[in-house]
Amino acid sequence: MNIDWQAFLLTTQLAGLTVVILLLVATPLAWWLAHSRRAWVGWVEALVALPLVLPPTVMGFYLLLLFAPDSGPGAWWFSLTGEPLNFSFTGLVIASAIYSLPFATQPIQGAFSSVGEGVLEAGATLGASPLDRFFRLALPLSRRGYLTAAVLVFAHTLGEFGVVLMIGGNIPGETRVVSVALYEAVETLNYGSAHTMAAILMGFSFVVLLTVYGLNRRFAFRLGSGA
Amino acid sequence: MTRLRIDLEKPLGDFSLKISEELNIDTVLGVLGHNGAGKTTLLRLLAGLDRTERGVIEFGGSAWLDTSHSIFVPPHKRRIGMVFQDARLFPHLTVAGNLNFAANRAVGQLLPRAEVIKTLGLEGLLARRPAGLSGGERQRVALARALMSGPQLLLLDEPLSAADMGYRVELLPYLRQVIDRFKIPTLYVAHTLDELTQLADQLLVLRGGSCAALGSVTEVLAQLDLPEVAGREAASSMITAQVTAHDPDYQLTSLAFGGQSLSLSGLVASPGDKVRIRVFATDIAIALEKPEAISIRNVLPAVVSEIRIDTLSPFADVLIAVGGQSLRVRMTRASLNELKITTSQQVFALLKTASLASG
Repeated sequence: MNIDWQAFLLTTQLAGLTVVILLLVATPLAWWLAHSRRAWVGWVEALVALPLVLPPTVMGFYLLLLFAPDSGPGAWWFSLTGEPLNFSFTGLVIASAIYSLPFATQPIQGAFSSVGEGVLEAGATLGASPLDRFFRLALPLSRRGYLTAAVLVFAHTLGEFGVVLMIGGNIPGETRVVSVALYEAVETLNYGSAHTMAAILMGFSFVVLLTVYGLNRRFAFRLGSGA
Repeated sequence: MTRLRIDLEKPLGDFSLKISEELNIDTVLGVLGHNGAGKTTLLRLLAGLDRTERGVIEFGGSAWLDTSHSIFVPPHKRRIGMVFQDARLFPHLTVAGNLNFAANRAVGQLLPRAEVIKTLGLEGLLARRPAGLSGGERQRVALARALMSGPQLLLLDEPLSAADMGYRVELLPYLRQVIDRFKIPTLYVAHTLDELTQLADQLLVLRGGSCAALGSVTEVLAQLDLPEVAGREAASSMITAQVTAHDPDYQLTSLAFGGQSLSLSGLVASPGDKVRIRVFATDIAIALEKPEAISIRNVLPAVVSEIRIDTLSPFADVLIAVGGQSLRVRMTRASLNELKITTSQQVFALLKTASLASG
């Protein structure tokens, strides 16, 4: 039996890092989307949601072009670090973050919207500054949204295949994630290790989701009923 | 006495709020008006929750808003306490947590926490979450929370109007106590007179975004040309009187005002107390001569000072002066004509004891 533990480790690192980055990036973006009344909010929303409908290969293709070290952002990165973005772990993290952006933004945006202007106004009249209102009211009231976002991003990154294959390839310890390793095992008719990896991935995903739904239930407070 | 100078203009759909007044708020200034008259907008402008292109707000000595000098003090720096129609408690915090949120951000001297909790009867609720509270309890917590922020001005936006009518009765005494005990200048917005006659000492009537009347409650109630205070249920007058005696046998309380005396049932007060009584215009009758042998105990000499006839209704409103105070009387136009009542005429006002409600 040949289980690629390195691939598991790499996948977990990739998913974890993507979650951290996306929660940080999606917070201001979701806040802006939830509160801005500008006409072009719709454009930004559509752009953010694109990965939901595009085949991963389309995203992967464009990212491959952008990451290429001979021009654009890829060249800038290459001159800065001396390493190409294509076929690197860093490139994979950036691609994952872009690909999973809607999975982080949408639940958080929804949570921010449901916090409602009323509670924030009450906070203001009680002497809370805008930042204070955000950290003490909006954020804790949106924790379910954050939990959902983290889980969706983590799970989505775990299951990512097309984008990885396009821009990351299959370099052990650098870009070979579980889904790619599994694909390779099947290709080489190594069904034994394919079975094991698939089963581990499935079991792991199920346990994560189970934990989350359990937590979610405990976190539950009836939003709005305090109004 | 706190001075609040407002000069505000804000477009509101098909009309605009346009008000320029110098308000001296002693205890409670009631803001009365029909729905859509601009009451809530006025409060929100005072709180800084709404903004306007042109306006001045000066509270005490400090400018909260002066658009011509680009001054805008944001709501969290205005030291106001606001209670909204919906309580807007923080659902992720307990009642105690909600109070702490306010106390932790309060500037200047804090009101004693224990006293606020006791005044609003929150002792048993502190560990509860807002979701488990009744409508009346939520408003009490909201009021306590506003007090804990150490406000210099309280803004109450129809705090009794939401949810069921049941808790009006439950909440009023609490409001009364808060006003009496903490003596914070208060603006109280309402669309019916009931609570205001009991809580306010001044009234501002808003109509279509402008000030239709401003003065003491007694003065405003005596204005015959204000539809806001002339409704079938609303039309009334306030009498301020002193308790002179209480007869436990007949369960009647005697009151004196301006050389006149009144007898009244169901009043909880002791001799020497000053009380305010609301008398409904439909509960006073007029006689041209002093009636003898009549069951009504309160027969007071009066002078007719103003008559207003509404030809679209069967009724006429008559303002009479009794013991230096004005009383509003509603009678049918037919009676008015048959008795040939005119201004300056000497008459007798007949007040039923049962109709006098203390407020």
